[in-house]
Amino acid sequence: MKKAKVATLWLDGCSGCHMSILDLDEGIASVADKADIVYGPLVDAQEFPEDVDVTLVEGAVSSQDDYEKIKHVRECTRLLVALGDCAVTGNVPAMRNSIPVKKLLERIYVQGVDERPRIPTDGVPPLLKRAVPLHEVVKVDLFVPGCPPPAAAIGYVLRELLDGRVPDLSAKVKFG
Amino acid sequence: MRKIMIDAVTRIEGHAKISIQLDDSGQVASTQLHITQVRGFEKFTEGRPYYEMPSITARICGICPVSHLLASSKACDAIMSVSIPETAALLRELLHCGQFVQSHALSFFHLSAPDLLLGMDSDPARRNVLGVLEKYPDIARDGIALRKFGQEVISGLAKERIHPSWTVPGGVNAPLQPAVRDKILAGLPEAKAIVRRTLKFFKGVLDQFKEEIENFGNAPSMYAGLVDAAGKLQLYDGGIRFKDAEGKIVADHVAARDYHNFIGEASLTNSYLKAPYYRPIGFPDGVYRVGPLGRLNVVKSCGTPLADAEFAEFHQRLGKIVPSSFHFHYARLIEALYGLERMEALLHDPAILGKQIRAHAGVNCLEGVGMIEAPRGILIHHYKVNEEGAITWANLIVATGHNNLAINRSIDQVARHFIDGKHLQEGMLNRVSAIVRAYDPCFSCSTHASGQVPLHIRLLGPEGSLLDELRSQ
Repeated sequence: MKKAKVATLWLDGCSGCHMSILDLDEGIASVADKADIVYGPLVDAQEFPEDVDVTLVEGAVSSQDDYEKIKHVRECTRLLVALGDCAVTGNVPAMRNSIPVKKLLERIYVQGVDERPRIPTDGVPPLLKRAVPLHEVVKVDLFVPGCPPPAAAIGYVLRELLDGRVPDLSAKVKFG
Repeated sequence: MRKIMIDAVTRIEGHAKISIQLDDSGQVASTQLHITQVRGFEKFTEGRPYYEMPSITARICGICPVSHLLASSKACDAIMSVSIPETAALLRELLHCGQFVQSHALSFFHLSAPDLLLGMDSDPARRNVLGVLEKYPDIARDGIALRKFGQEVISGLAKERIHPSWTVPGGVNAPLQPAVRDKILAGLPEAKAIVRRTLKFFKGVLDQFKEEIENFGNAPSMYAGLVDAAGKLQLYDGGIRFKDAEGKIVADHVAARDYHNFIGEASLTNSYLKAPYYRPIGFPDGVYRVGPLGRLNVVKSCGTPLADAEFAEFHQRLGKIVPSSFHFHYARLIEALYGLERMEALLHDPAILGKQIRAHAGVNCLEGVGMIEAPRGILIHHYKVNEEGAITWANLIVATGHNNLAINRSIDQVARHFIDGKHLQEGMLNRVSAIVRAYDPCFSCSTHASGQVPLHIRLLGPEGSLLDELRSQ
């Protein structure tokens, strides 16, 4: 049987959701029996493949880079999963949303230094006005809240999706 | 003047890029590491109650959230002007040891072992922890088991493995259960055996990496790490010791509240990660390295028997000061052993099961600094509050920040070795990746998870025409 293709994507988050995937511990091996992990920070791939079955996305959409990436990934993915509170609601990255971007950057890079006060502009992507959850930018097929979602819930989601069922997450996840 | 730009772009999460600029004779003029994520914790936490800070700032990083929990809680202790109960201090250090073990296991086994075991030129589709699992199942299983052990120490104490809320201003919020202590103690012999056989294996293959060790990332720099009163390794407490490139102590026992006399910060035009520097020397020459290599270069000893034997051998083999950044890996394994031994000592301290675990107080000081050794180096949280306890100002210096200038220098060194002006050599990409990875940079404390750093480097002519292109394999 042909293995399914699973990808993971890390936008504006803390990588805690990816760590929770690793918290499957030896269960990682059983996921690998059913699916190839074809893209993401856990593996070494260059391009996002064109025909991915499931993509787990951690983090909010916060920079121009994030925006372009999630648009592209959506086009290449059959089932897009918002993994964790940042992807589902914006969560901590969205705490900056009431502050104008210029003011935020000035606080850090102008007032917050002893030498060379200046806002970085060269080779770094501009921030969007607001950090937003995935569903404000693309269609999301499944929401898995949690900060991070427990490894058991992630394992369950993957098993159900790979077996062609819609996971019932009630009682398995919570916000925070 | 002819200007050629080489732009290197990570293809994973876009959080880090590298660019290399050439002069008109085709020689490297400068290199830059771009960290492309910023979230603004120092600004958006203004107005929040100080006691929310541990939970909020833990979300800076899911790899070592315990570091932020602890540094933040210590800053809050200072705002409350409390000395936390003995048991609470022991429990916090125990939690920290669990985190050192899991984070160092992640870095060595999940992140670097694919390079070290499968080879830098192996098939990229298999060059990951699953590939290691296939080819070297025993080593991969050791890595997974060791990380799990560290994570279970954290969840045993604090309920959750990631982002627990157990560490609070004034101490911790639940005592240690004897059953948990016994379970950790029962797991320690196997965890120690894993680290010891990994060290043995690693020392056996060191000779295969002579070129990397000698040529890459060995530019002289200062080193910094926390030490106790006797100059021994300290992860939870202690003051900063700075040594110069020759190993002379230039500043010692710098207390958290005095950090700003010794550490300044500069903005870079091309990165969202600021560049701390050693203030007495100034920017940009005040380069120092922190993390496992920095620590083992500044301390007198580790203070536990097995780690000290390894520490002695480390310096016997490599010298009093070990300059090659490749040896971050070696130092990391020694520290994992220290973490396990220290855990054992803490668990045998009768006070570890005490019930007095939290000091209660309000705002007694309008400023507080918390400082610890995170797995990747010194972490500083500095807060100011108003009389109601609302944050009015915050400054965070994360571990990878301290290494920012040193990582840039290492990349520069590799680039100068490999760039010939017109064509890029294959070896450069792998070496750049390997060097960046050796530092185990946590760019999530701006970026980076547990993956490789795939690069896409483009050599552009003065008008932007593509001269050459390389992708990491």
